[in-house]
Amino acid sequence: MTETGQRTRSLLRAVMTLTAAACVYELLARSGYFAAALLPTLPNIAQTLVASISDGTMIEHAIYTLYRVMFGFGLAVAVGIPLGILMARFRAVENFFLPLVSTLMPIPSFALVPLFMLWFGIGNLTTILIVFYAATFPMLFNTWSGVRSVNPLWLRAAGAMGADEHSLFWKVIIPGASPFIITGMRQSFLRAWIAVVGAEMIAASDWGLGWVIFDAKEFLNTDTMLAALVVIGGIGYLFERLVFGSIEHATVLRWGMMRSAKG
Amino acid sequence: MQDAVTTIAVTSQSGRADAAGRLRLIGRNVFPFVVVGALWEIVAWADIFPRRLFPTLEEVALSFVNLTVAGILPHHAIETVIRLLTGFSLAAVIGVTVGVLMGRSRPAEDIFLPLVSIGAPIPGLAYAPLFLLWFGLGNISAVLLVGFVASFPIIFNSWTGVKAVKEIWLRSAHAMGADDRRMFRHVILPGALPYILTGLRLGLAQAWRVLVAIEMLAAVPWGLGWMIFGAREFLNTDVMMAGIAVIGIIGLTLEKLVFQKIEDYTVVRWGMVAA
Repeated sequence: MTETGQRTRSLLRAVMTLTAAACVYELLARSGYFAAALLPTLPNIAQTLVASISDGTMIEHAIYTLYRVMFGFGLAVAVGIPLGILMARFRAVENFFLPLVSTLMPIPSFALVPLFMLWFGIGNLTTILIVFYAATFPMLFNTWSGVRSVNPLWLRAAGAMGADEHSLFWKVIIPGASPFIITGMRQSFLRAWIAVVGAEMIAASDWGLGWVIFDAKEFLNTDTMLAALVVIGGIGYLFERLVFGSIEHATVLRWGMMRSAKG
Repeated sequence: MQDAVTTIAVTSQSGRADAAGRLRLIGRNVFPFVVVGALWEIVAWADIFPRRLFPTLEEVALSFVNLTVAGILPHHAIETVIRLLTGFSLAAVIGVTVGVLMGRSRPAEDIFLPLVSIGAPIPGLAYAPLFLLWFGLGNISAVLLVGFVASFPIIFNSWTGVKAVKEIWLRSAHAMGADDRRMFRHVILPGALPYILTGLRLGLAQAWRVLVAIEMLAAVPWGLGWMIFGAREFLNTDVMMAGIAVIGIIGLTLEKLVFQKIEDYTVVRWGMVAA
């Protein structure tokens, strides 16, 4: 069978699966066996989603969440990359930070939420710090191992051709470590996205997609919950695919550091 | 992720040659903690923040010992670990089965892949309120959510692992007359195992993170997450710190003892990855 034929068939099957799953759900929801408040029908969810987007509330929630994620993620990148590079380049820095980082890493970020709530109150600061905590470790570790794994041959070749410290760093080490750094950013964004939803639920403020879901539970607004779930999944997918995919295209794939297998 | 831990372990082994070097190594690993501990103590004793919110390390250690002796901390920890293991076993069984099935049969792949791809990018905790509404407060919701969330990385990795088994191994086993059963047991399963183990590891880490959070939300009677969350109400910062320490210790133990051992016994022994 040709490649395209195989692909159309896979696509067709995927569509069929999703339709079947939607039908089963719809049947369950309409059967009246479960309370309608707990299992809203699909048109219901779609209606809620459209209504909340068109009156702007869902968009405002999403903006709050994105602001927190971006702030925390930006901090994590700003701390993780320089510290990772320092750890890989200087023995003393590595000796000091590695034991600390290895001890903190197995503590899930959510365990710190109640503590941060006491220290920093409810709202933006706590959420951003939790996101920062969750996102820093993947960033740090990937940068660290990326810089360490730069091919020593390249370093020596560049040195032999007369590169000074400055150009060695910017022209060899940074591009060489970039696949790892970009993987780190991807992982750390994913972590940040998970952390923000959880932090918003527990350290509830007034806005944010996580808070919407948790707040909707109190009033049994299952349709709002599912609509927010769709938005959360959509934004996460968008970032993963579009933003990080295109960063990868613009940098490492172009420089020929990685083959485009990962898409 | 575990690079750091492994590096420390490796350095500590090579440093075992001479006693002086070993002592220096211990000193080097302890030194950062002494610095951070001293800073903490200075800030705590300086009363910059209210003592209730920023306890000294002695207070944390004292409440750790008190809670352990009273049996409260072990009870919380055991309940949490049981919940973790139940949820994780659920995820492991379902995840490996679905993943291997997806890797082996095209129709299964076409059916499950869209569902899994849609479910995976949504953060696990976002499902929590939904699970709470559907299954009620308490243990069932917590365990089911942990299982649900942990199964995604396991499915993905098992699927990739089965697909990554070298074509030539399959063909040579086939040529040597292996039937389906033997092919699966002796070629596909060992070949996919490094991936499956990675998936299990990721799944366990995921389960652990979600469990701590869901324990705060699901109002379970015992559990470390609940203990930390409950201690907040009474401003028992020292109890919270002790709980966080136990959570860290359990996380580290799971990673170091459980998975490194399994890996040593299976894939390293079979020569699939370098020891």
